[in-house]
Amino acid sequence: MQFMLLFSRQGKLRLQKWYVPLSDKERKKISRDLVQTILARKPKMCSFLEWRDLKIVYKRYASLYFCCAVEDQDNELITLEIIHRYVELLDKYFGSVCELDIIFNFEKAYFILDEFLLGGEAQETSKKNVLKAIEQADLLQEEAEGRV
Amino acid sequence: MPAVSKGDGMRGLAVFISDIRNCKSKEAEVKRINKELANIRSKFKGDKALDGYSKKKYVCKLLFIFLLGHDIDFGHMEAVNLLSSNKYTEKQIGYLFISVLVNSNSDLIRLINNAIKNDLASRNPTFMNLALHCIANVGSREMAEAFASEIPRILVAGDTMDSVKQSAALCLLRLNRTSPDLVPMGEWTARVVHLLNDQHLGVVTAATSLITTLAQKSPDDFKTSVSLAVTRLSRIVTSASIDLQDYTYYFVAAPWLSVKLLRLLQCYPPPEDTSLRSRLTECLETILNKAQEPPKSKKVQHSNARNAVLFEAISLIIHHDSEPTLLVRACNQLGQFLQHRETNLRYLALESMCTLASSEFSHEAVKTHIETVINALKTERDVSVRQRAVDLLYAMCDRSNARQIVAEMLSYLETADYSIREEIVLKVAILAEKYAVDYTWYVDTILNLIRIAGDYVSEEVWYRVIQIVINRDDVQGYAAKTVFEALQAPACHENLVKVGGYILGEFGNLIAGDPRSSPLVQFNLLHSKFHLCSVPTRALLLSAYIKFINLFPEVKATIQDVLRSDSQLRNADVELQQRAVEYLRLSCIASADTLATVLEEMPAFPERESSILAKLKKKKGPGKLPENVNGSAEEPAASSKPDTACWWTSSPTSRLLLLLLLLLLLLRWRTTCPGEPSSLRPPPFAPRRSDVLLRLLRFICKNNGVLYENQLLQIGLKSEYRQNLGRIYVFYGNKTTSQFLGFSTAVSSSDLNVHAKAVEPVIEGGAQLQQILNIECVTEFCDVPVLHIQFRPPSNVLTPDSVCQSRYGGTLQNIEVKLPVMLNKFFQPTEMTSQDFFQRWKQLGA
Repeated sequence: MQFMLLFSRQGKLRLQKWYVPLSDKERKKISRDLVQTILARKPKMCSFLEWRDLKIVYKRYASLYFCCAVEDQDNELITLEIIHRYVELLDKYFGSVCELDIIFNFEKAYFILDEFLLGGEAQETSKKNVLKAIEQADLLQEEAEGRV
Repeated sequence: MPAVSKGDGMRGLAVFISDIRNCKSKEAEVKRINKELANIRSKFKGDKALDGYSKKKYVCKLLFIFLLGHDIDFGHMEAVNLLSSNKYTEKQIGYLFISVLVNSNSDLIRLINNAIKNDLASRNPTFMNLALHCIANVGSREMAEAFASEIPRILVAGDTMDSVKQSAALCLLRLNRTSPDLVPMGEWTARVVHLLNDQHLGVVTAATSLITTLAQKSPDDFKTSVSLAVTRLSRIVTSASIDLQDYTYYFVAAPWLSVKLLRLLQCYPPPEDTSLRSRLTECLETILNKAQEPPKSKKVQHSNARNAVLFEAISLIIHHDSEPTLLVRACNQLGQFLQHRETNLRYLALESMCTLASSEFSHEAVKTHIETVINALKTERDVSVRQRAVDLLYAMCDRSNARQIVAEMLSYLETADYSIREEIVLKVAILAEKYAVDYTWYVDTILNLIRIAGDYVSEEVWYRVIQIVINRDDVQGYAAKTVFEALQAPACHENLVKVGGYILGEFGNLIAGDPRSSPLVQFNLLHSKFHLCSVPTRALLLSAYIKFINLFPEVKATIQDVLRSDSQLRNADVELQQRAVEYLRLSCIASADTLATVLEEMPAFPERESSILAKLKKKKGPGKLPENVNGSAEEPAASSKPDTACWWTSSPTSRLLLLLLLLLLLLRWRTTCPGEPSSLRPPPFAPRRSDVLLRLLRFICKNNGVLYENQLLQIGLKSEYRQNLGRIYVFYGNKTTSQFLGFSTAVSSSDLNVHAKAVEPVIEGGAQLQQILNIECVTEFCDVPVLHIQFRPPSNVLTPDSVCQSRYGGTLQNIEVKLPVMLNKFFQPTEMTSQDFFQRWKQLGA
C-alpha cells in the first residue's frame, strides 16, 4: 500500500498515513486531487478506480471515506477487506465508533493502524491479537501513571 | 464514545480541538491556532522544565495542528525528549510526532537513532515494537544505515517475541524498499524462509510479505520458500473453518495469508518438482471449486474475502501459463463474474481477462465472451468499468473479430469521456492496421476516426494512413474518392483536410476523370477550407496545389493566381510565404518534365516499427498495456515520418559503424584538406566540400555509386571486397562534348597496397573510362587512399547544361578525391558461443 486517507464528506482529512517517502507539498497535492476525484463519484459506482498510475480502493462508512492507494499488482478485494478490518478494530476499541471519536482521539487511530498495518502490509490479521496488543499498551501506561 | 477513561485524558487537547471545530470561519481558525502556537512556544522556551504530561500534551497539539494542514517548524526537540521517557504514552506520542513530521536535521536524527537503539536493546517488547514501528514509518536512509544489520538479527533470534518478529519483518521490508543496497543478504535469509513454518500465523503473514519483496531482489536466496509456501497454502485451503480460529475471517480461512502466499508464488516459475507441482495444482483447483459452492454467509465481507483469494489464484494461474485446464476454468469463472450483480466483481473480471487474453491457451476461451463485453461497453454506467471493457476488447482482438470490435469501439468513441478518447483512437488505429485484410476498410476506419474524434487523432495516426495509402497501389483510388467525398461535408475536421490535401495531391488524378471530381472541383474544394486551417495545414495545402499544377495543367493558371495573391506572397508566416513564392516561381520557370520529376509520386516508405504502438505504450506506462499479440500482421507498413537521408537508419550495425568511422574520417578530414586541387586556380564550379564529404560517407555502407562530380567530370565506383582483398572499378565520365587529353591517375595510400591498372590518356566527349584498382589490406589503417587525377579539358567547351557556359582555356585540371576504402570493408562476421563472447567482452574492459 502506498497511502491511506480518511476524509469526511466535506473533504476534511481526518487521518493520513503515508507509506512512501514524499515531500509535504506532494502529499498535500495528492490528497487534494484524490479527495476531489472520489467525492465526485456517484454512490453506485464501483469501489476501484485507476488514478495516475495507482489503483485506488475506497469505501464509505457513514460520514467517512476510507481510501487506499495500492500498486498495480496488489489485490483490490483484499484491500477492501483491510479497510473493513480497520473499521472493525476502531469499532471494537471505541465502542460503536463515529467520526467524532477519530477527531478527538486521532493519535489512538494512528496507534491502532500501526498495530494492524506496518510498512503498507498487514502484519496481524487476527482481530483478537491486535486488540490485545493495544489493550496491553494501555495497561502499561495506566500502570506507569499509577492509576491502577 | 471517546475512550477518555482508557488512560490519559489530555483534557487540554480535547478542549483545543473543540475550539477549532467551533470556529465559524477560516480566519477564526487560524487566529485560534496562532494563539495556541504562541502559547506552546512560550511554554517550551520557559524557565520551568515541563513535566512529561504537559510536554506530551503540547506535542500532541502541535501534531494536530500539523495534520490540519498548517506548517509546524518547532517542537521536534521536545518530541525527541519524550522518546527517552519511560512512560509508554509519552514515548508513543514522541514517536508519532517524529514519524509524521520528518526532520532532516542531522543532530536530531542522531538523537532519534540513539533513542531507537536504546528501545531496541531494552528487551521490553512494547518498547521494541514502538521503535520498530518508527523505523518502518520513517524508513529514512540514516535509519537504514544505523539499523539495517540489527533488524535481521532481531527477526531470527529465538527469544524474540512473536509480535516483535512481525514488526521486525515488516520494518525490514520497508527499509529494503527505500534503501535496498543497505539491506545485506546473509545467513539470516535461510532462517527467514523457515519462519514460513512458524506456529503463529501473524508471523507467517509478515514473513511472507518480506520474502515476496526480497525475492524480487535476489530470487535465488529464497527459492526454498516455494515448497514451504505451497505446503502452507494447501493446509489453509483444505482446513475446516474452525481450525484457524482467529484467522478465519467471515468463514474464510486466513484470506490475507492465502493471498500473500499466492503473491509469493508469483515471483517464481511453476515448480519443477512434479509432486510439488501437482500439490499446487490441487490447491488451485480447490480454490476454484470453493468459488462454485454456495456462500456460507450473506455478508459482502465473506464474498469479498473468498473472491480475493480466487482472483489471486487466477493471477497465479495466468502467471504460470502452463496448465491449460486451469486456464480454461479460470476463464469460465471470470466469464461468470462478467455478469455478476456486483459492479466490483464485473470490474475485476474484465481486468483479469485482459491478462488471460494474451495467453495462447485461453485466448479462444476469452473470445467466446465477446458479446458480454460488448454489452458491458454499451450498458455499464460506471466509466471505469467501460474503460476495462475497452481494454479487454483490444486484448482479445484478432483476425476473426477485428471488424466487429473496431466497429464497436468506434461507436463507443462517439460518446466516450474526453479523457480517454486519445487512447481509444490509438487503439482503433493499431487494430485497424494490424488486422486489415482489405485496406479500403482501413481507410474508412481512419477517416471515421477523424470524423468522430478529430481532436484526439494524433499525428502518428494520420501519418500512418498516408504511408499505407502510398505503399499500397490498390487502395489509392479508393482513398482519393473517399477523402474527396468526406471533404464535402460542411464542417470537417482539420486533420481530415490534412489527409485529404495530401492524398488528393498525390492521387487526385485517379478520380479526375469523373466530372464530379474534376481537377477544378478538387482544387476549389480544398481551397474552400484553406482559410479555416492553421498554418501547418495551409503549408500542406500549398504543397498539394503545386502537385495539382503538375498533375492538371488545365488548372495551372487558376492556382497560380491564388499563389500570386498578396495574402500568400506576403503572408506573415515565413513558411507559407516561402512556399508560395517558391512554388509560384517553380510553376513558372520549370519545364513540364522538370516539374514532373520534382513532383513525382512519393516512393513507398521503408518498413519500420510502428510509432503508434510506441506512443500508446508511452501513454499507458510500462506494464499496463494489455498486449495484443494475436495473428501476424500483413506487411507492417512503415510508420515514421519520411526521412530524407535514409542511409542514416538503414540498420543498427551500420549505424554504429557509421558513427565510428565518421569520427575517424572527420579527424582525417581536418588534417588533410581534401578535395582541393593542387593547381593555383581551383576548378570552376567545384563541388562543395560538404557534398564531397557526404558522398564519401555514404560509401561507408554501400559499395556502388557516384563518388565525385563537377561540371566536367563524374567519377563513379563499383567495389567488391572479400577477406583482405578488394577491387574497385572506377568509372570516369566525361560530361562535356569534347575530348579530355592527357588523362592520368595515381593512387596514394599509406597503409594499403593499391595496384592501379593503367588508363588511356584520352576520354572522348560523353564517354566513360573504366579503371580497375586492386587493394590489399595488410594491417589496420586509418587513412583512406587518395586518388589523384590529372587531365586537360578542351578550351571553349560547351557543357551539356546549356544554362551555364564556361571557359576552361585548356588548363590542366588536378583533382584529388578520397577513395572510400575503410576498415569496415574488410570486416567479416564470425560465429562465437556466448561464453566466448562474454569472455572477450570482459577482457575489453580490463
